[in-house]
Amino acid sequence: MTERFDAVIVGAGHNGLAAAATLAKAGQRVVVLEAAAQVGGASVTREFAEGYVVSAGAQWLYQLQPAVKKALGIDPPLAAGRLDTLVLAEGGGEPVRYSAARAEGVGEADRRAYAVWAKRMRRFSRLLWRWLNRVPPRPGGESRDSRRLLRMAVGTRLLGKRDMREFLRLIGANVYDDVHECFASEALRAGLCLDAVLGSHAGPRSPNTVMTSLYRRGGDADPLALPAGGMGAVANAMLKAARDTGADVRTGSRVGRIVVANGRVTGVELAGGDTIASYTVLSNADPKRTVFDLVGARNFEAGFVRRAANIRAAGNAAKLHLALDGLPDVPGLDTGDLGQRLLIAPSPDAVERAFNPAKYGEFSAEPVMDVSIPSVHDETLAPEGSHVLSAIVQYAPYALNGGWSNAAKERFLETCLVTLERYLPGLRARIVEGELLTPVDLEREFGMTGGHWHHAELAPDQFLFTRPAVGAERYGTPLDGLWLCGAGAHPGGGVTGAAGYNAARSIIDRDAGR
Amino acid sequence: MSGRQVAQGRLVTPFYSRQRELDTVNRWHEWKGYTVADEFYCSELEYFAIRNATAVFDLTPMTKYRISGPDAPAYVDRLVTRDMTRVPVGRVAYAVWCNDSGQVIDDGTIFRLGELDYRLCSQERHLDWLLTSAAGFDVDVAHETADVAALAIQGPTSYATLDRMGLSAVGHLKPFNLMEVDFAGTSIVISRTGFTGDLGYEVWLPPQVAERFWDELFAAGRLTGIRAIGTDALELARIEAGYLMADIDFLPADTAIRPGRTRSPLELGMEWLVDFGKPMFNGRRALADELRKGSRWRLVRLDIEGNKPAKDAYIFAKPKGGEQIGFVTSAAWSPVCKQNVALGTVNARYGAVGDSLWVDIYYQRELHWTRKMARATVVDGPFWDPPRRRATPPGPY
Repeated sequence: MTERFDAVIVGAGHNGLAAAATLAKAGQRVVVLEAAAQVGGASVTREFAEGYVVSAGAQWLYQLQPAVKKALGIDPPLAAGRLDTLVLAEGGGEPVRYSAARAEGVGEADRRAYAVWAKRMRRFSRLLWRWLNRVPPRPGGESRDSRRLLRMAVGTRLLGKRDMREFLRLIGANVYDDVHECFASEALRAGLCLDAVLGSHAGPRSPNTVMTSLYRRGGDADPLALPAGGMGAVANAMLKAARDTGADVRTGSRVGRIVVANGRVTGVELAGGDTIASYTVLSNADPKRTVFDLVGARNFEAGFVRRAANIRAAGNAAKLHLALDGLPDVPGLDTGDLGQRLLIAPSPDAVERAFNPAKYGEFSAEPVMDVSIPSVHDETLAPEGSHVLSAIVQYAPYALNGGWSNAAKERFLETCLVTLERYLPGLRARIVEGELLTPVDLEREFGMTGGHWHHAELAPDQFLFTRPAVGAERYGTPLDGLWLCGAGAHPGGGVTGAAGYNAARSIIDRDAGR
Repeated sequence: MSGRQVAQGRLVTPFYSRQRELDTVNRWHEWKGYTVADEFYCSELEYFAIRNATAVFDLTPMTKYRISGPDAPAYVDRLVTRDMTRVPVGRVAYAVWCNDSGQVIDDGTIFRLGELDYRLCSQERHLDWLLTSAAGFDVDVAHETADVAALAIQGPTSYATLDRMGLSAVGHLKPFNLMEVDFAGTSIVISRTGFTGDLGYEVWLPPQVAERFWDELFAAGRLTGIRAIGTDALELARIEAGYLMADIDFLPADTAIRPGRTRSPLELGMEWLVDFGKPMFNGRRALADELRKGSRWRLVRLDIEGNKPAKDAYIFAKPKGGEQIGFVTSAAWSPVCKQNVALGTVNARYGAVGDSLWVDIYYQRELHWTRKMARATVVDGPFWDPPRRRATPPGPY
C-alpha cells in the first residue's frame, strides 16, 4: 500500500527539518526523507579521521534566526559563544581582533570608527533581515504584495533620512570601498572583506558585497558561536523538534524522483522503487537538482527551465579538515586565542588577488581562510590532548581547469598547508591526518549543485523576489505541489532556518486560504 | 588578409535565376536575409493567378527547423498548445506556441515526416526558444532553412499543373496531408498546404533539384495559366483567407518590449488550437488562468461597408462619441469576394460575431484627406473559403 502524507520533504538538511517541525506543529502529517545516514545536510558533524570529528559543512553558528528558534522551541547547546575574530599576522605576532561591537589591536581612530561602523551595520542588517524573515512580496502582484512592498519602503524610511540614504548607497556598493572609507588598518579591512565574500563567487571589489556582508551578520541572530558537538547539534535540535511535533524523519531513504502526474506533483519515488503519495512536496535540495534531476525539465514550462538552468551556483570555497596531535605554539597567540575565529587575510588586495585566478578556473596561489579549532572549547571532537582544525579555504572554483584530479587536489592541499604554516607556525608538524573537500567533493557529499553552500549565488539578481529565479521566488514553483525549502530559496544559505521555516509558513498560509 | 571570405549582402534562393528571367519590374525586398520579389510584372494579375489559375510562390526563406530524436513527439507536444500526439505520420498540423505567460511567440505548420521526425515552418526564427525547450528531451533541433528549397503552388489549376508534370499521385492528398514523391532521382515532399485559402500545394525539395523542378513545373503549366507571384499578391490572398501574419496581426512575444502588447492564442481566435486536456505545455498555466479570468483582446474579421480599405484604422463601438476599442491590423479590398475586408483587434468585451462596429477610414483624393466612419460587421471564419479548397480529388479545372 502506498503511504500518504500531507507533505513530503526531500532532504533533512537543517532547513528541511525546520520546515517539517513547522508543518507538523500546524497539524500536518509530514515525512522527511534523507538519503544520508544522518540528518543535517551540510549542518553536520562527522568523523574524518579515526577519533576526530568535525563540522563537515558549516563551521560557525551566527545566523540562526531568533524567530525560528522561538517557533521551533530550540536552543542548541553551545561549546563557546561570543567569539572574537582574529586576523592573523604572518609569522605569528599580535593579531587584530574584532567582535560584533569592538575592535582591538588597531589605532584609536579605527577603534572608534569600528564601534560606529559595527553599530550601523547591525542596524542595516536588522532591517535587511526583517525582509529576509518574511515571504518576499511579488512586485506587481496582488494588493497584499503592494502592502508588503510599502512596508519595506516604510521600514527603510524609518531609519531616518541620513541612515536611509546611507543604506541605499551601501546596499549596492562593494565592501572594499566601504572598509577603505572607514578604517586605516589593513588587517581590519582585510578581515571585514573576507567576511563579506565567504561562500561567494566574489572578491571584495565585486559589487554588492556590502549586501552579502549584511546578510552574513544575520540581523538579530546571536553572535558568533560554536555549537557543542559541532554543527550536527543544531540539526539534532531541529530533528528533536520535528519528531516531538509528530514528523516522521527517515534517514537512509533516498528519493529517486519527485513524481508528476497530470501536470502536478503527486508524491515521490524512493530509490528502492517505493512511492509515497502527497500533493505537497518540499525540496530541501538545491533548485537545479530539484528541477533537472528530481522532477525533470520536461515537467516545467520552457521559460522557467531556462531561468532554472541560468541560476548561478558554482561554488568557490573548499573545506579543509586537519587532525592535530596538539596545538601549535604560535608566538603572540595563547590557547584561548586559538579557540577564536582565525582569519588568514593579509590585506583587502590580497583577498581580491586570491579571487582573480578563480575567475579563470584556477585556484588561489595564496588562498584566504576562515579557520576554526573547535576542539579548544569542545573536547568531544578529538582524542584527549589532540585537536581538530577546520577551515573554509578560498578560492577553489568548482569548474577547475582540467578538473579536480587527485593531483590537483594534492597541489591545492599543499598550497593550503604552506599558507597555514606561514600564519600558524608549527602547525604542519602537528598534523596527523587531513581531508580537503573541494566544491566537487562538497557537491558529492551534500548533493548541492556546484558545491555552492548557498545553493545559488547570493547576488541581487538571485535575491529577495528573484531568488532563486522568477517563478519560484515564494517557495512555490510553477509546478503545482512542488515547493523549495532549502538554501536556494529565499533568503539564502547559512544555518539560518529561515528558508525552511518560511516555506512551511507559506504552505500553512496557502492551506488557510490566506 | 585572411583567405576566408564572409558572404555579404542578401542571399538568393535556389529559384532566383529563374525568377530573375521572369522579372519585368525589378521590385525586390528582403525577407529573412533573402532577396524576394514584391511582384514580377503586376501584383493584381499575379493575384488573379492565385484565384483563377496556378500561382507559384518561392517560400524558401520561410523558417524551417527539423526536429528529430526519440523524444521528438513529446518535445513537440510540450512546445505547442494543441495535442500533437493525434497528428499521425504524413499529416501537417497548424499550431501556435507560447511562452510561459501564454503569449504567442509564433504560429506555423508542423510536418510529421516520420514517427520521430518533424519539420516546423514559421514566419520568424526561433532557434533559441526551440533549444531552450529541448532541455530534458532527447531531441535534435536543426535549422534547415537553407537546406530545403520550397515552392507554394496555389490556385484552382494547381493540381492540373502537377498532374501534367507527372505528379498525379498528389491528387489523393487531403488538405494538411503530405507525401514523399520521387523527382529527378531524389525524394521530395509535397503537402496540400498553403497560405492562400485555395486549392494548393507546397513542395519541399533539395536545392540541387530546385531549378529543374521549376523548369518542369513551368513547362507543365503553360496551358493551366501558371505564373510566378511576389509577396504583394500573396498578402492580399492571405487576408482574404483570414490568416494571421506575425509582426502584422500579432507581435511575437519574444520580440515585445512593452507589457500588454502581446496576444494569447485565446485572444487571436485560436482557442480550437489550445488543448487543456494536455497536462503540460508551454503557457498552459497562464492560459488556464486567462480562461477563468477572461481575455483582454479579441481578434475580429470585419466586413466593412464601402470600398476604401480600412488600412491602419481605429475601431469604435459607436459611430459617434464612442470610445476607441481597437484597431485594424490588415485590410484590403477583396477582388474575389467583392468585399472590403479587414482583420483587427478589439477589446474582448466587443466584437462578437454579427456585431456592428465602426472603423475610422482616412483616404486621400488628389492630396486632400477625407475621413469616413464606416460600419464594420464582425464575421465568422475566412472571407474566402471555396469548396475546391477541400475537394479531394481536386476538380479538373
